[in-house]
Amino acid sequence: MATKIKRAILYIALIILGLMCLLPFWLMMVNSTRSGVEITHSFSFLPGHSLKDNWKVLFDYVNLFLGLLNSFKVAVPATLLTAYFSAITAFGMAMYNWKGNNVLFRVIVVFMMIPAQLSLIGFYNLCQKLHLIDSYITLIIPAIASPGIVFFLRQYTKATLSKSLMEAARIDGASEIHIFHRIVLPIMAPGIATMSIGTFIGNWNSYLVPLILLNTPKKMTLPVMISTLNAATDLQKNQGAIYLGVAISVIPIIIAFCFFSKYIISSISAGSVKE
Amino acid sequence: MKKRASMRKKNRENAAYLFVLPFVIVFLIFSVYPVLRTLFLSFTEYKGYGEPVFNGLANYTRVLKDKFFWRALRNTVKMWSLNIVLQLGMAFLLTIIFSDIKYKLRGLAIFRAVYYLPNLIAATSVAFLFKTLLDWKYGTFNQILLATGIVDQQINWLGQRSTAWAVIGVIQAWMWFGNSFIILMAGVQGIPTDYFEAAAIDGAGRWKVFGSITLPLLRPILLYVAVTSLIGGLQLFDLPFLMNGTGGPSTAGEPGGTLQTVVMYLFKFGFETHQVGFASAIAYTLFFIILFVSIMEFKFIGGKED
Repeated sequence: MATKIKRAILYIALIILGLMCLLPFWLMMVNSTRSGVEITHSFSFLPGHSLKDNWKVLFDYVNLFLGLLNSFKVAVPATLLTAYFSAITAFGMAMYNWKGNNVLFRVIVVFMMIPAQLSLIGFYNLCQKLHLIDSYITLIIPAIASPGIVFFLRQYTKATLSKSLMEAARIDGASEIHIFHRIVLPIMAPGIATMSIGTFIGNWNSYLVPLILLNTPKKMTLPVMISTLNAATDLQKNQGAIYLGVAISVIPIIIAFCFFSKYIISSISAGSVKE
Repeated sequence: MKKRASMRKKNRENAAYLFVLPFVIVFLIFSVYPVLRTLFLSFTEYKGYGEPVFNGLANYTRVLKDKFFWRALRNTVKMWSLNIVLQLGMAFLLTIIFSDIKYKLRGLAIFRAVYYLPNLIAATSVAFLFKTLLDWKYGTFNQILLATGIVDQQINWLGQRSTAWAVIGVIQAWMWFGNSFIILMAGVQGIPTDYFEAAAIDGAGRWKVFGSITLPLLRPILLYVAVTSLIGGLQLFDLPFLMNGTGGPSTAGEPGGTLQTVVMYLFKFGFETHQVGFASAIAYTLFFIILFVSIMEFKFIGGKED
């Protein structure tokens, strides 16, 4: 009996903690449908009727759909490049013996530990020299080299791929690149997919690097665009419009999470567990 | 025959080189070069244009003597410490609750997903959401506190020195405790259940089990969480940059510079006042501090094993 009561108390505590995680997002959605005056006077847990007005105030100031589109233009190609080139690099490192393999592996491990701010200034300086400021190229192309993903996929390949399978394909006369595309890639697919979700979200949410590289307002990605919201006095007068802006940036991620939460969570645990 | 076999081996080796080549080229250009370039610039005076002028260790001595750098470091550590204590405390508590063999709680997958959700949202969106919710006069958070009688006057959460840094620390913990919980829980699930059953037969209590089985076996994972959290935490930028008391994004870290982190300080010199050499020296100084503390963490948490 005592166990039962204790268990009930634990469940209630866990649910309260869950509500603390969700409440800010709920208030965000509720407030984005209420007028600025309503919001400043009192709080409510139920939606209001001002969604349309808030929408107009917000979009008169900034076109957030452009930001959404820009974020897609950066995050989708970057994720695809990371997925493909990390897989082929991991394959080349895991299944072949060649000079320099170990050196490359060590360098990758070292770079996984190096904090990003260490390269920030040099990276900006490089982009200046290449005349690539305000271009998406510098946000996309570096995705080809993602040490952390290569590290993970290398372990993954070693665990899932057998050399005898490759030998069999070779006897059938398949070339090495053919083996990779036809046989290896499908086997690695679950690992690649897991890593890709994390990569996509990382790219989607990235703020500091796009902030320093992009100057033209029309090119700004969603997080950079959101960060300019409180510069507008019209918006400061109407908190409802600010909540709406934040909601537009948050809701796609919440929807995606509802579908992919299983993969996302397994990708986090995968990163931490050693071979 | 032998010759042909070695030819084939050679071909395979060449194929492998081709596979890793794109990675290596891009890695050298966009990862290795920038890190080395920052190192080079840290020994020069450079305004962002023209030629960098070598000035030896001048930037580093300036960093070490700069009281605002140390203030920024103290601020960062203060916010990170509150965050890591709350975050790991919550994650441990949840791990103990969910791994308890007596209660056998259900719904781990759902709770885990809900606790993890804040981590997925862009820090910029989180910053704006909380900045608006915590607004001094008109924020929803103060309204709720007033209505429930917890306070009798609005609190200026982000406008006063005593609370602003703590708000950032708590929000960070809110964003990250689900992540740590998932990692710790995955670690616990990797421990053979025999251990727990044997302990239960021996009549070991919950805390005893935690102290002598769970915690020691989780040590490598704890180390992973501590090191990654430190590397991320000392680079704190988005939240304090956007949530400071002045209004728009700013590197000043208002109120009273208490929210100015090291990376905000670096950003100020690297991209606002264009003292790029000095900013590079800040980056490397922070790197050495992170390296030093990581090694300490390995020593203390890593223990004698390996």
